Amino acid sequence: MGLVNPDFGLLFWTLISFSIVLFILGKFAWKPILKSLKDREVSIESALKSAEDAKMEMHKLQADNEKIILEAKSQRDILIREAREVKETIIREAKTEAGAEASKLIKNAREAIENQKAAAITDIKNQVTELSIDIAKKILERELSSPEEQKKFIASLLKQVNPN
Amino acid sequence: MVEIATQSLKRLIFIVVVLSYSVFQAAAWVSEEEPIDSLQTGTEQLDSPVNTEEHPAEHADEHNGKFEPGKFIMDHIGDSYDWHIATFGEKHFSIPLPVILYTSEKGLTVFMSSAFHHGHESHNDFYISSSEKYKGKIVYLNEANEEVRPLDISLTKNVTGLLISMIILVWVFLSVAKSYRKREGKAPTGLQNLLEPLILFIRDDVARSSIGEKHYMRFMPYLLTVFWLIFLNNVLGLVPIFPGGANVTGNIAVTLVFAVITFAITSFSGKAAYWGHVFWPPVPHALKILMIPIEIIGVFIKPFVLMVRLFANITAGHIIALGFFSLIFIFGGIHVGAGYGVSIVTLIFTVFMTMLELLVAFIQAYVFTFLSALYFGMAVEEHHH
Repeated sequence: MGLVNPDFGLLFWTLISFSIVLFILGKFAWKPILKSLKDREVSIESALKSAEDAKMEMHKLQADNEKIILEAKSQRDILIREAREVKETIIREAKTEAGAEASKLIKNAREAIENQKAAAITDIKNQVTELSIDIAKKILERELSSPEEQKKFIASLLKQVNPN
Repeated sequence: MVEIATQSLKRLIFIVVVLSYSVFQAAAWVSEEEPIDSLQTGTEQLDSPVNTEEHPAEHADEHNGKFEPGKFIMDHIGDSYDWHIATFGEKHFSIPLPVILYTSEKGLTVFMSSAFHHGHESHNDFYISSSEKYKGKIVYLNEANEEVRPLDISLTKNVTGLLISMIILVWVFLSVAKSYRKREGKAPTGLQNLLEPLILFIRDDVARSSIGEKHYMRFMPYLLTVFWLIFLNNVLGLVPIFPGGANVTGNIAVTLVFAVITFAITSFSGKAAYWGHVFWPPVPHALKILMIPIEIIGVFIKPFVLMVRLFANITAGHIIALGFFSLIFIFGGIHVGAGYGVSIVTLIFTVFMTMLELLVAFIQAYVFTFLSALYFGMAVEEHHH
Protein backbone atom coordinates (compact mmCIF):
# COMPACT_ATOMS: atom_id res chain seq x y z
CA MET A 1 0.00 0.00 0.00
CA GLY A 2 1.40 3.35 -1.07
CA LEU A 3 0.32 5.12 2.07
CA VAL A 4 2.67 3.31 4.42
CA ASN A 5 5.53 2.96 1.95
CA PRO A 6 8.04 5.71 2.65
CA ASP A 7 9.14 7.40 -0.55
CA PHE A 8 12.89 7.67 -1.00
CA GLY A 9 12.78 11.17 -2.48
CA LEU A 10 10.76 12.54 0.41
CA LEU A 11 12.98 10.76 2.94
CA PHE A 12 16.03 12.23 1.29
CA TRP A 13 14.71 15.79 1.13
CA THR A 14 13.23 15.69 4.62
CA LEU A 15 16.51 14.52 6.12
CA ILE A 16 18.61 17.11 4.25
CA SER A 17 16.27 20.05 4.74
CA PHE A 18 15.56 19.18 8.35
CA SER A 19 19.27 19.00 9.12
CA ILE A 20 19.86 22.38 7.50
CA VAL A 21 16.89 23.97 9.28
CA LEU A 22 17.97 22.44 12.58
CA PHE A 23 21.44 23.89 12.08
CA ILE A 24 20.25 27.36 11.05
CA LEU A 25 17.58 27.64 13.75
CA GLY A 26 19.82 26.09 16.38
CA LYS A 27 22.61 28.53 15.70
CA PHE A 28 20.78 31.73 14.80
CA ALA A 29 17.38 31.42 16.45
CA TRP A 30 17.14 29.03 19.39
CA LYS A 31 20.51 29.90 20.87
CA PRO A 32 19.93 33.68 21.08
CA ILE A 33 16.25 33.22 21.98
CA LEU A 34 16.95 30.79 24.81
CA LYS A 35 19.89 32.86 25.96
CA SER A 36 17.91 36.07 26.13
CA LEU A 37 15.02 34.26 27.83
CA LYS A 38 17.45 32.98 30.42
CA ASP A 39 19.09 36.40 30.76
CA ARG A 40 15.74 38.04 31.18
CA GLU A 41 14.71 35.51 33.81
CA VAL A 42 17.93 36.07 35.69
CA SER A 43 17.58 39.84 35.49
CA ILE A 44 13.94 39.72 36.58
CA GLU A 45 14.87 37.46 39.45
CA SER A 46 17.71 39.70 40.54
CA ALA A 47 15.49 42.76 40.16
CA LEU A 48 12.86 41.13 42.34
CA LYS A 49 15.49 40.15 44.85
CA SER A 50 16.96 43.64 44.99
CA ALA A 51 13.47 45.09 45.34
CA GLU A 52 12.91 42.72 48.24
CA ASP A 53 16.24 43.75 49.70
CA ALA A 54 15.36 47.41 49.31
CA LYS A 55 12.06 46.78 51.05
CA MET A 56 13.82 45.06 53.91
CA GLU A 57 16.35 47.87 54.08
CA MET A 58 13.54 50.40 54.19
CA HIS A 59 11.83 48.46 56.95
CA LYS A 60 15.06 48.42 58.88
CA LEU A 61 15.54 52.14 58.31
CA GLN A 62 12.00 52.80 59.40
CA ALA A 63 12.52 50.81 62.56
CA ASP A 64 15.78 52.68 63.15
CA ASN A 65 14.04 55.98 62.61
CA GLU A 66 11.37 55.07 65.09
CA LYS A 67 13.99 54.05 67.58
CA ILE A 68 15.85 57.31 67.05
CA ILE A 69 12.66 59.31 67.45
CA LEU A 70 11.78 57.43 70.62
CA GLU A 71 15.24 58.01 71.96
CA ALA A 72 15.06 61.68 71.10
CA LYS A 73 11.71 61.93 72.82
CA SER A 74 12.97 60.34 75.99
CA GLN A 75 16.07 62.49 75.81
CA ARG A 76 13.89 65.54 75.51
CA ASP A 77 11.78 64.44 78.48
CA ILE A 78 14.87 63.93 80.56
CA LEU A 79 16.21 67.34 79.57
CA ILE A 80 12.93 69.01 80.42
CA ARG A 81 12.76 67.26 83.76
CA GLU A 82 16.30 68.23 84.56
CA ALA A 83 15.67 71.80 83.53
CA ARG A 84 12.63 71.90 85.71
CA GLU A 85 14.59 70.52 88.62
CA VAL A 86 17.35 73.03 88.07
CA LYS A 87 14.81 75.81 87.92
CA GLU A 88 13.20 74.68 91.13
CA THR A 89 16.53 74.38 92.90
CA ILE A 90 17.54 77.81 91.73
CA ILE A 91 14.28 79.28 92.91
CA ARG A 92 14.52 77.47 96.23
CA GLU A 93 18.08 78.57 96.74
CA ALA A 94 17.26 82.08 95.75
CA LYS A 95 14.39 82.07 98.15
CA THR A 96 16.46 80.79 101.08
CA GLU A 97 19.29 83.15 100.25
CA ALA A 98 16.94 86.08 100.01
CA GLY A 99 15.31 85.09 103.28
CA ALA A 100 18.69 84.84 104.98
CA GLU A 101 19.75 88.16 103.60
CA ALA A 102 16.54 89.79 104.69
CA SER A 103 16.75 88.45 108.19
CA LYS A 104 20.38 89.53 108.36
CA LEU A 105 19.39 93.00 107.25
CA ILE A 106 16.59 93.13 109.78
CA LYS A 107 18.94 91.93 112.46
CA ASN A 108 21.49 94.58 111.51
CA ALA A 109 18.84 97.23 111.44
CA ARG A 110 17.54 96.10 114.78
CA GLU A 111 21.05 96.16 116.18
CA ALA A 112 21.63 99.60 114.78
CA ILE A 113 18.36 100.78 116.24
CA GLU A 114 19.27 99.23 119.55
CA ASN A 115 22.66 100.92 119.46
CA GLN A 116 21.18 104.24 118.54
CA LYS A 117 18.59 103.85 121.29
CA ALA A 118 21.25 103.02 123.83
CA ALA A 119 23.36 105.94 122.67
CA ALA A 120 20.38 108.26 122.88
CA ILE A 121 19.49 107.05 126.33
CA THR A 122 23.08 107.52 127.44
CA ASP A 123 23.00 111.01 125.96
CA ILE A 124 19.76 111.81 127.75
CA LYS A 125 21.16 110.44 130.94
CA ASN A 126 24.27 112.56 130.58
CA GLN A 127 22.20 115.68 129.79
CA VAL A 128 19.89 114.95 132.73
CA THR A 129 22.93 114.58 134.94
CA GLU A 130 24.45 117.84 133.66
CA LEU A 131 21.14 119.63 134.07
CA SER A 132 20.73 118.20 137.54
CA ILE A 133 24.22 119.30 138.44
CA ASP A 134 23.52 122.74 136.93
CA ILE A 135 20.31 123.04 138.79
CA ALA A 136 21.95 121.82 141.93
CA LYS A 137 24.78 124.29 141.47
CA LYS A 138 22.34 127.19 140.97
CA ILE A 139 20.34 126.10 143.98
CA LEU A 140 23.42 125.95 146.00
CA GLU A 141 24.43 129.48 144.88
CA ARG A 142 21.08 131.00 145.85
CA GLU A 143 20.99 129.21 149.15
CA LEU A 144 18.49 129.97 151.74
CA SER A 145 17.36 133.50 150.80
CA SER A 146 13.84 132.43 151.42
CA PRO A 147 12.01 129.25 151.23
CA GLU A 148 9.42 130.95 149.08
CA GLU A 149 12.03 132.24 146.80
CA GLN A 150 13.58 128.86 146.66
CA LYS A 151 10.38 127.22 145.57
CA LYS A 152 9.84 129.84 142.85
CA PHE A 153 13.30 129.48 141.65
CA ILE A 154 13.10 125.72 141.45
CA ALA A 155 9.85 126.00 139.48
CA SER A 156 11.45 128.43 137.02
CA LEU A 157 14.35 126.09 136.59
CA LEU A 158 12.07 123.26 135.97
CA LYS A 159 10.22 125.42 133.47
CA GLN A 160 13.49 125.99 131.66
CA VAL A 161 14.08 122.25 131.48
CA ASN A 162 10.58 121.29 130.51
CA PRO A 163 10.18 122.75 126.96
CA ASN A 164 12.36 120.16 125.41
CA MET B 1 -27.22 47.81 24.98
CA VAL B 2 -24.39 48.87 22.72
CA GLU B 3 -22.21 46.24 24.29
CA ILE B 4 -24.69 43.47 23.62
CA ALA B 5 -25.12 44.67 20.05
CA THR B 6 -21.38 44.66 19.35
CA GLN B 7 -21.05 41.27 20.99
CA SER B 8 -23.73 39.67 18.86
CA LEU B 9 -22.28 41.42 15.81
CA LYS B 10 -18.90 39.91 16.61
CA ARG B 11 -20.49 36.50 17.00
CA LEU B 12 -22.29 36.90 13.69
CA ILE B 13 -19.08 37.92 11.92
CA PHE B 14 -17.30 34.94 13.45
CA ILE B 15 -19.97 32.54 12.22
CA VAL B 16 -19.93 34.10 8.75
CA VAL B 17 -16.14 33.86 8.58
CA VAL B 18 -16.11 30.24 9.70
CA LEU B 19 -18.87 29.29 7.29
CA SER B 20 -17.29 31.08 4.36
CA TYR B 21 -13.98 29.46 5.20
CA SER B 22 -15.65 26.07 5.14
CA VAL B 23 -17.37 26.81 1.84
CA PHE B 24 -14.07 27.94 0.44
CA GLN B 25 -12.36 24.83 1.76
CA ALA B 26 -15.04 22.61 0.32
CA ALA B 27 -14.87 24.43 -3.00
CA ALA B 28 -11.09 24.17 -3.15
CA TRP B 29 -10.98 20.49 -2.30
CA VAL B 30 -13.84 19.63 -4.51
CA SER B 31 -12.71 21.62 -7.52
CA GLU B 32 -9.42 19.76 -7.58
CA GLU B 33 -11.17 16.53 -8.33
CA GLU B 34 -13.76 18.00 -10.67
CA PRO B 35 -16.35 15.62 -9.31
CA ILE B 36 -19.21 17.77 -10.53
CA ASP B 37 -18.05 16.81 -13.98
CA SER B 38 -18.13 13.19 -13.04
CA LEU B 39 -21.50 13.68 -11.51
CA GLN B 40 -22.94 15.03 -14.68
CA THR B 41 -21.58 12.39 -16.96
CA GLY B 42 -22.32 9.58 -14.60
CA THR B 43 -25.96 10.44 -14.16
CA GLU B 44 -28.77 11.85 -16.15
CA GLN B 45 -28.59 15.25 -14.42
CA LEU B 46 -27.15 17.01 -17.47
CA ASP B 47 -29.95 19.52 -17.59
CA SER B 48 -29.44 20.72 -14.04
CA PRO B 49 -29.22 24.50 -14.55
CA VAL B 50 -26.26 25.22 -12.28
CA ASN B 51 -24.13 22.40 -13.52
CA THR B 52 -24.71 22.83 -17.25
CA GLU B 53 -23.83 26.43 -17.06
CA GLU B 54 -20.50 25.91 -15.42
CA HIS B 55 -19.48 22.59 -16.81
CA PRO B 56 -20.42 21.79 -20.37
CA ALA B 57 -20.89 18.13 -20.93
CA GLU B 58 -18.15 17.70 -23.55
CA HIS B 59 -15.39 17.52 -20.86
CA ALA B 60 -16.72 14.28 -19.64
CA ASP B 61 -15.03 12.04 -22.19
CA GLU B 62 -11.79 11.36 -20.32
CA HIS B 63 -13.46 10.45 -17.05
CA ASN B 64 -15.22 7.22 -16.57
CA GLY B 65 -18.00 9.21 -14.98
CA LYS B 66 -18.15 7.37 -11.69
CA PHE B 67 -17.16 9.10 -8.48
CA GLU B 68 -14.72 6.92 -6.53
CA PRO B 69 -14.31 8.22 -2.98
CA GLY B 70 -11.39 5.87 -2.25
CA LYS B 71 -9.38 7.16 -5.17
CA PHE B 72 -10.42 10.74 -4.45
CA ILE B 73 -9.22 10.50 -0.85
CA MET B 74 -6.02 8.62 -1.60
CA ASP B 75 -5.06 11.12 -4.30
CA HIS B 76 -5.39 13.94 -1.80
CA ILE B 77 -3.51 12.49 1.11
CA GLY B 78 -0.78 11.10 -1.12
CA ASP B 79 2.10 12.82 -2.80
CA SER B 80 2.13 14.14 -6.37
CA TYR B 81 4.54 15.60 -8.87
CA ASP B 82 2.66 18.84 -9.33
CA TRP B 83 0.72 21.05 -6.94
CA HIS B 84 -2.87 21.04 -8.01
CA ILE B 85 -4.64 24.34 -7.28
CA ALA B 86 -8.00 23.99 -8.95
CA THR B 87 -9.77 22.63 -11.99
CA PHE B 88 -12.25 24.65 -13.98
CA GLY B 89 -14.02 22.57 -16.56
CA GLU B 90 -11.25 20.66 -18.27
CA LYS B 91 -8.57 23.27 -17.43
CA HIS B 92 -6.28 22.10 -14.69
CA PHE B 93 -4.50 24.77 -12.72
CA SER B 94 -1.49 23.40 -10.99
CA ILE B 95 1.98 24.56 -10.07
CA PRO B 96 4.56 22.49 -11.94
CA LEU B 97 7.33 21.20 -9.68
CA PRO B 98 10.82 20.06 -10.63
CA VAL B 99 11.31 16.37 -11.26
CA ILE B 100 14.79 15.08 -10.48
CA LEU B 101 15.57 11.53 -11.59
CA TYR B 102 18.70 9.46 -11.75
CA THR B 103 19.22 6.23 -13.64
CA SER B 104 22.49 4.49 -14.33
CA GLU B 105 21.76 4.49 -18.09
CA LYS B 106 20.63 8.10 -18.53
CA GLY B 107 22.33 9.77 -15.61
CA LEU B 108 20.68 12.75 -13.98
CA THR B 109 17.48 14.01 -15.59
CA VAL B 110 15.81 17.22 -14.46
CA PHE B 111 12.63 18.66 -15.91
CA MET B 112 9.42 20.30 -14.78
CA SER B 113 6.45 18.10 -14.02
CA SER B 114 4.36 20.13 -16.49
CA ALA B 115 6.07 18.04 -19.17
CA PHE B 116 3.79 15.15 -18.19
CA HIS B 117 0.67 17.22 -18.95
CA HIS B 118 -1.07 15.97 -15.83
CA GLY B 119 0.07 12.42 -16.29
CA HIS B 120 -1.14 12.06 -19.86
CA GLU B 121 2.20 12.16 -21.67
CA SER B 122 5.65 10.74 -21.20
CA HIS B 123 8.84 12.74 -21.14
CA ASN B 124 12.25 11.35 -22.05
CA ASP B 125 10.77 7.82 -21.71
CA PHE B 126 9.69 8.58 -18.15
CA TYR B 127 6.00 8.46 -17.47
CA ILE B 128 3.66 8.33 -14.51
CA SER B 129 2.67 4.76 -13.90
CA SER B 130 -0.86 3.61 -13.57
CA SER B 131 0.03 0.03 -12.70
CA GLU B 132 -0.95 -1.44 -9.35
CA LYS B 133 2.64 -1.53 -8.07
CA TYR B 134 3.87 1.97 -8.93
CA LYS B 135 0.61 3.87 -9.16
CA GLY B 136 1.23 7.61 -9.50
CA LYS B 137 5.00 7.26 -9.47
CA ILE B 138 7.45 8.04 -12.26
CA VAL B 139 8.73 4.89 -13.97
CA TYR B 140 10.44 3.88 -17.18
CA LEU B 141 10.50 0.64 -19.11
CA ASN B 142 13.65 -1.43 -19.03
CA GLU B 143 14.84 -3.85 -21.73
CA ALA B 144 12.58 -6.56 -20.42
CA ASN B 145 9.66 -4.13 -20.82
CA GLU B 146 9.10 -4.01 -17.09
CA GLU B 147 8.31 -0.86 -15.18
CA VAL B 148 11.30 0.26 -13.15
CA ARG B 149 11.53 3.15 -10.70
CA PRO B 150 14.45 5.49 -11.24
CA LEU B 151 16.18 7.06 -8.25
CA ASP B 152 13.56 9.71 -7.69
CA ILE B 153 14.45 12.80 -5.68
CA SER B 154 11.87 15.06 -7.29
CA LEU B 155 10.64 18.10 -5.43
CA THR B 156 7.17 16.70 -5.07
CA LYS B 157 4.17 18.42 -3.49
CA ASN B 158 5.14 17.19 -0.04
CA VAL B 159 8.79 18.17 -0.43
CA THR B 160 7.75 21.62 -1.64
CA GLY B 161 5.25 21.95 1.19
CA LEU B 162 7.94 20.96 3.67
CA LEU B 163 10.41 23.43 2.17
CA ILE B 164 7.82 26.23 2.24
CA SER B 165 7.04 25.50 5.87
CA MET B 166 10.75 25.48 6.66
CA ILE B 167 11.25 28.82 4.94
CA ILE B 168 8.36 30.25 6.98
CA LEU B 169 9.81 28.74 10.13
CA VAL B 170 13.33 30.06 9.55
CA TRP B 171 12.05 33.49 8.55
CA VAL B 172 9.73 33.76 11.57
CA PHE B 173 12.20 32.57 14.15
CA LEU B 174 15.16 34.51 12.79
CA SER B 175 13.04 37.66 13.01
CA VAL B 176 11.95 36.68 16.51
CA ALA B 177 15.56 36.06 17.48
CA LYS B 178 16.43 39.49 16.09
CA SER B 179 13.74 41.14 18.17
CA TYR B 180 15.11 39.33 21.22
CA ARG B 181 18.53 40.76 20.50
CA LYS B 182 17.18 44.22 19.77
CA ARG B 183 14.95 44.42 22.80
CA GLU B 184 17.28 42.72 25.20
CA GLY B 185 15.88 42.41 28.71
CA LYS B 186 12.64 44.15 27.76
CA ALA B 187 9.13 42.76 27.67
CA PRO B 188 8.31 40.83 24.46
CA THR B 189 6.12 42.41 21.78
CA GLY B 190 4.28 41.28 18.65
CA LEU B 191 5.29 37.97 17.12
CA GLN B 192 7.82 37.46 19.86
CA ASN B 193 5.05 37.77 22.40
CA LEU B 194 2.88 35.30 20.48
CA LEU B 195 5.53 32.60 20.22
CA GLU B 196 7.29 33.03 23.53
CA PRO B 197 4.69 31.19 25.65
CA LEU B 198 5.04 28.09 23.47
CA ILE B 199 8.84 28.28 23.50
CA LEU B 200 8.70 28.56 27.27
CA PHE B 201 6.17 25.73 27.39
CA ILE B 202 8.52 23.46 25.43
CA ARG B 203 11.43 24.50 27.59
CA ASP B 204 9.82 24.29 31.03
CA ASP B 205 7.04 21.74 30.76
CA VAL B 206 8.48 19.45 28.10
CA ALA B 207 12.27 19.55 28.17
CA ARG B 208 13.10 20.59 31.70
CA SER B 209 10.54 18.38 33.37
CA SER B 210 11.35 15.22 31.44
CA ILE B 211 15.09 15.55 30.79
CA GLY B 212 16.18 17.27 33.96
CA GLU B 213 17.90 20.50 34.84
CA LYS B 214 21.37 19.25 33.99
CA HIS B 215 21.01 18.11 30.40
CA TYR B 216 17.88 19.71 28.97
CA MET B 217 19.59 22.65 27.28
CA ARG B 218 21.47 20.25 24.96
CA PHE B 219 18.23 18.94 23.45
CA MET B 220 16.34 22.22 23.21
CA PRO B 221 17.27 23.08 19.59
CA TYR B 222 16.02 19.73 18.29
CA LEU B 223 12.88 19.73 20.43
CA LEU B 224 11.94 23.27 19.46
CA THR B 225 12.64 22.70 15.77
CA VAL B 226 10.71 19.46 15.62
CA PHE B 227 7.78 20.90 17.59
CA TRP B 228 7.39 24.00 15.44
CA LEU B 229 7.95 22.12 12.20
CA ILE B 230 5.32 19.50 13.01
CA PHE B 231 2.90 22.09 14.35
CA LEU B 232 3.30 24.38 11.35
CA ASN B 233 2.93 21.52 8.86
CA ASN B 234 -0.10 20.15 10.70
CA VAL B 235 -1.76 23.57 10.51
CA LEU B 236 -0.72 24.16 6.89
CA GLY B 237 -2.19 20.75 6.07
CA LEU B 238 -5.58 22.08 7.20
CA VAL B 239 -5.42 25.00 4.77
CA PRO B 240 -6.97 23.69 1.58
CA ILE B 241 -5.05 25.67 -1.04
CA PHE B 242 -1.44 26.52 -1.81
CA PRO B 243 0.83 26.92 0.18
CA GLY B 244 -1.17 24.67 2.47
CA GLY B 245 -2.89 21.43 1.71
CA ALA B 246 0.15 19.23 1.38
CA ASN B 247 -0.19 16.30 3.73
CA VAL B 248 3.39 16.60 4.97
CA THR B 249 3.15 15.35 8.54
CA GLY B 250 0.62 12.77 7.37
CA ASN B 251 3.29 11.20 5.20
CA ILE B 252 5.15 8.28 6.66
CA ALA B 253 8.47 9.26 5.08
CA VAL B 254 8.51 12.58 6.94
CA THR B 255 7.50 11.11 10.28
CA LEU B 256 10.04 8.33 9.70
CA VAL B 257 12.84 10.88 9.41
CA PHE B 258 11.76 12.67 12.59
CA ALA B 259 11.47 9.37 14.46
CA VAL B 260 14.86 8.19 13.23
CA ILE B 261 16.49 11.43 14.36
CA THR B 262 14.87 11.06 17.80
CA PHE B 263 16.09 7.48 17.90
CA ALA B 264 19.63 8.50 16.86
CA ILE B 265 19.81 11.28 19.46
CA THR B 266 18.48 8.93 22.17
CA SER B 267 20.99 6.23 21.26
CA PHE B 268 23.97 8.57 20.98
CA SER B 269 23.27 10.33 24.25
CA GLY B 270 22.44 7.08 26.06
CA LYS B 271 24.58 6.73 29.15
CA ALA B 272 25.77 3.56 30.87
CA ALA B 273 22.65 3.50 33.02
CA TYR B 274 20.41 3.58 29.93
CA TRP B 275 22.19 0.81 28.05
CA GLY B 276 22.58 -1.13 31.28
CA HIS B 277 18.84 -0.96 31.72
CA VAL B 278 18.35 -2.23 28.17
CA PHE B 279 20.87 -5.08 28.15
CA TRP B 280 20.85 -6.03 31.83
CA PRO B 281 17.53 -4.92 33.28
CA PRO B 282 17.25 -4.81 37.07
CA VAL B 283 14.92 -7.80 37.40
CA PRO B 284 15.40 -11.25 38.94
CA HIS B 285 17.70 -13.47 36.88
CA ALA B 286 14.93 -15.77 35.78
CA LEU B 287 13.05 -12.86 34.27
CA LYS B 288 16.09 -11.55 32.42
CA ILE B 289 15.59 -14.02 29.58
CA LEU B 290 12.20 -12.48 29.03
CA MET B 291 13.04 -8.87 29.77
CA ILE B 292 16.21 -8.44 27.72
CA PRO B 293 14.53 -9.08 24.34
CA ILE B 294 11.58 -6.93 25.39
CA GLU B 295 13.85 -4.06 26.34
CA ILE B 296 15.84 -4.35 23.11
CA ILE B 297 12.68 -4.42 21.01
CA GLY B 298 11.38 -1.51 23.07
CA VAL B 299 14.32 0.63 21.96
CA PHE B 300 13.07 0.31 18.38
CA ILE B 301 9.38 0.32 19.17
CA LYS B 302 9.55 3.76 20.78
CA PRO B 303 10.58 5.64 17.61
CA PHE B 304 8.35 3.39 15.52
CA VAL B 305 5.37 4.38 17.60
CA LEU B 306 6.33 8.03 17.31
CA MET B 307 6.39 7.66 13.55
CA VAL B 308 3.06 5.85 13.27
CA ARG B 309 1.22 8.05 15.78
CA LEU B 310 1.90 11.32 14.00
CA PHE B 311 1.35 9.83 10.54
CA ALA B 312 -1.88 8.11 11.47
CA ASN B 313 -3.40 11.00 13.38
CA ILE B 314 -2.83 13.56 10.67
CA THR B 315 -3.76 11.25 7.82
CA ALA B 316 -6.91 10.18 9.66
CA GLY B 317 -7.95 13.82 10.04
CA HIS B 318 -7.53 14.38 6.30
CA ILE B 319 -9.38 11.19 5.46
CA ILE B 320 -12.33 12.13 7.65
CA ALA B 321 -12.64 15.62 6.15
CA LEU B 322 -12.35 14.24 2.63
CA GLY B 323 -14.81 11.50 3.49
CA PHE B 324 -17.39 14.10 4.43
CA PHE B 325 -16.89 15.82 1.10
CA SER B 326 -17.15 12.55 -0.74
CA LEU B 327 -20.58 12.15 0.83
CA ILE B 328 -21.77 15.16 -1.17
CA PHE B 329 -20.86 13.48 -4.45
CA ILE B 330 -22.02 10.05 -3.46
CA PHE B 331 -25.42 11.49 -2.61
CA GLY B 332 -25.21 13.84 -5.56
CA GLY B 333 -24.70 10.79 -7.73
CA ILE B 334 -28.04 9.51 -6.58
CA HIS B 335 -29.83 12.80 -6.89
CA VAL B 336 -28.53 16.35 -7.26
CA GLY B 337 -30.92 17.64 -4.61
CA ALA B 338 -29.61 15.04 -2.18
CA GLY B 339 -26.10 16.25 -2.97
CA TYR B 340 -26.98 19.82 -2.06
CA GLY B 341 -28.85 18.66 1.02
CA VAL B 342 -25.94 16.58 2.27
CA SER B 343 -23.53 19.43 1.56
CA ILE B 344 -25.09 21.46 4.38
CA VAL B 345 -24.58 18.63 6.84
CA THR B 346 -21.10 18.10 5.48
CA LEU B 347 -20.27 21.75 5.99
CA ILE B 348 -21.29 21.60 9.61
CA PHE B 349 -19.30 18.42 10.14
CA THR B 350 -16.29 19.87 8.36
CA VAL B 351 -16.33 23.00 10.49
CA PHE B 352 -16.39 20.78 13.54
CA MET B 353 -13.63 18.56 12.15
CA THR B 354 -11.45 21.53 11.26
CA MET B 355 -11.75 22.82 14.81
CA LEU B 356 -10.90 19.37 16.11
CA GLU B 357 -7.99 19.06 13.71
CA LEU B 358 -6.60 22.38 14.91
CA LEU B 359 -6.52 20.88 18.37
CA VAL B 360 -5.02 17.64 17.02
CA ALA B 361 -2.40 19.67 15.12
CA PHE B 362 -1.16 21.09 18.39
CA ILE B 363 -1.59 17.93 20.45
CA GLN B 364 0.32 15.73 18.01
CA ALA B 365 3.19 18.21 17.74
CA TYR B 366 3.24 18.37 21.54
CA VAL B 367 3.07 14.59 21.97
CA PHE B 368 5.89 13.98 19.50
CA THR B 369 8.07 16.56 21.23
CA PHE B 370 7.13 15.41 24.70
CA LEU B 371 7.82 11.73 24.00
CA SER B 372 11.13 12.61 22.31
CA ALA B 373 12.05 14.59 25.41
CA LEU B 374 11.00 11.67 27.60
CA TYR B 375 13.25 9.29 25.65
CA PHE B 376 16.15 11.73 25.88
CA GLY B 377 15.46 11.98 29.58
CA MET B 378 15.68 8.19 29.92
CA ALA B 379 18.90 8.17 27.93
CA VAL B 380 20.70 10.73 30.06
CA GLU B 381 19.39 9.56 33.42
CA GLU B 382 22.37 8.97 35.69
CA HIS B 383 21.08 6.24 38.00
CA HIS B 384 17.97 4.27 38.65
CA HIS B 385 15.94 4.43 41.76
